[in-house]
Amino acid sequence: MSMTMHLDVVSAEKELFSGTINAVFAPAQMGDVGIYPRHTPLVTGLRPGELKIEIDGQEDQYLYVSGGILEVQPHVVTVLSDTAIRAEDLDEAKALEAKQRAEDALKDQKGDFDAAKAQAELVRAAEQLRMIERMRKIRK
Amino acid sequence: MANEKEIRTQIASIKNTQKITKAMEMVAASKMRRAQDRMSATRPYSQKMLNVIGHLANANTEYSHPFLVEHPDVKRVAYIIVSTDRGLCGGLNINAFKAALKHMQQWQEKNIEIDFCLIGAKSTQFFKKFGSNILSQVSHLGDEVHLSELIGTIKAVLDAYTEGNLDRVFLVENEFVNTMTQKPKVSTLLPLEPEDSDELKHHWDYIYEPDAREVLDGLLTRYTESIVYQSVVENVACEMAARMIAMKSASDNAGELISELQLAYNKARQAAITQEISEIVGGAAAV
Repeated sequence: MSMTMHLDVVSAEKELFSGTINAVFAPAQMGDVGIYPRHTPLVTGLRPGELKIEIDGQEDQYLYVSGGILEVQPHVVTVLSDTAIRAEDLDEAKALEAKQRAEDALKDQKGDFDAAKAQAELVRAAEQLRMIERMRKIRK
Repeated sequence: MANEKEIRTQIASIKNTQKITKAMEMVAASKMRRAQDRMSATRPYSQKMLNVIGHLANANTEYSHPFLVEHPDVKRVAYIIVSTDRGLCGGLNINAFKAALKHMQQWQEKNIEIDFCLIGAKSTQFFKKFGSNILSQVSHLGDEVHLSELIGTIKAVLDAYTEGNLDRVFLVENEFVNTMTQKPKVSTLLPLEPEDSDELKHHWDYIYEPDAREVLDGLLTRYTESIVYQSVVENVACEMAARMIAMKSASDNAGELISELQLAYNKARQAAITQEISEIVGGAAAV
């Protein structure tokens, strides 16, 4: 007999996963964590990375999250996934861009390509690649 | 009576217009269905988030986040106004703007300054003339809005609030009641109203990583963003519904106009024939 818990993975745009699972592994901000049933209550931020979901009698499922928040209660785990890479300087750049847009509301100017954005894109791309590779190995 | 040819060209041109409005109606109808699906897909996120915030608020009371603190002295307020990018959607935008203006009166009477955060090209056009400070603006988001496109725009407002430059933030949006009805709504975005959920009176002793403050910061920012995001998604559904209705009535009106013109055309044609016959008969009698 194995213990189970409920997992919900939601993003602002849609629900990604909802169901009964045996364990979940997540890339938390302070290092990867593995959550089994009856884990002590925990709230933590997530890094961009993969979420591994273990269900008895089924193949492991992988979900890509670009950061977010993980909440653990003894029998319910909630992952609030971000839909975009978040970083303080990146958000700052976006805010500045929005301000700029307000200033020249009429002029059709596009924000310049900046380093923070590129870097975040890179992290995301690398993480997704890793994910794809992992999937490939499993299939073989 | 107008001559036959004139009426015929008029009918043809109205028929063309009708074709366009009919096509737009159908496009809007299918887009509306998709927008509605997206609208319901955004619900679980904020619902779950609200739960987590509820738990945190119960578990952790010593730290009060700026978003939760009410400023007793209101000196400056901001309005986030959600609108569409394109027109031809009936009174959707203008109704929301009117609701916003009415709501703003109470501040104007007290000489309180108003800032704007404008989402959508229509609100930008409208409130640009208002002469107020515009904090941030975003438009041309398309039918499929992504949260990442809104983050910067919302952050500009949240930052101003955190720094204490703003004392209240309101959100002006259209509420999707059903296909026929969209209701403009003005609601308070900040300060966030603390949730008193009686069902969730568990006292979880959470472990916070890295620490409670940072986690709560992240949560509340995301929550506020998700509320604005939801209203933008809802606004797309409203836009499509309003456009569908507007285009339907335009097509109906065109149909009415065509049948009226058709009648006039038939009468003119008949009159011409009658005249011709009587002329022939007259001519024959004269011979």
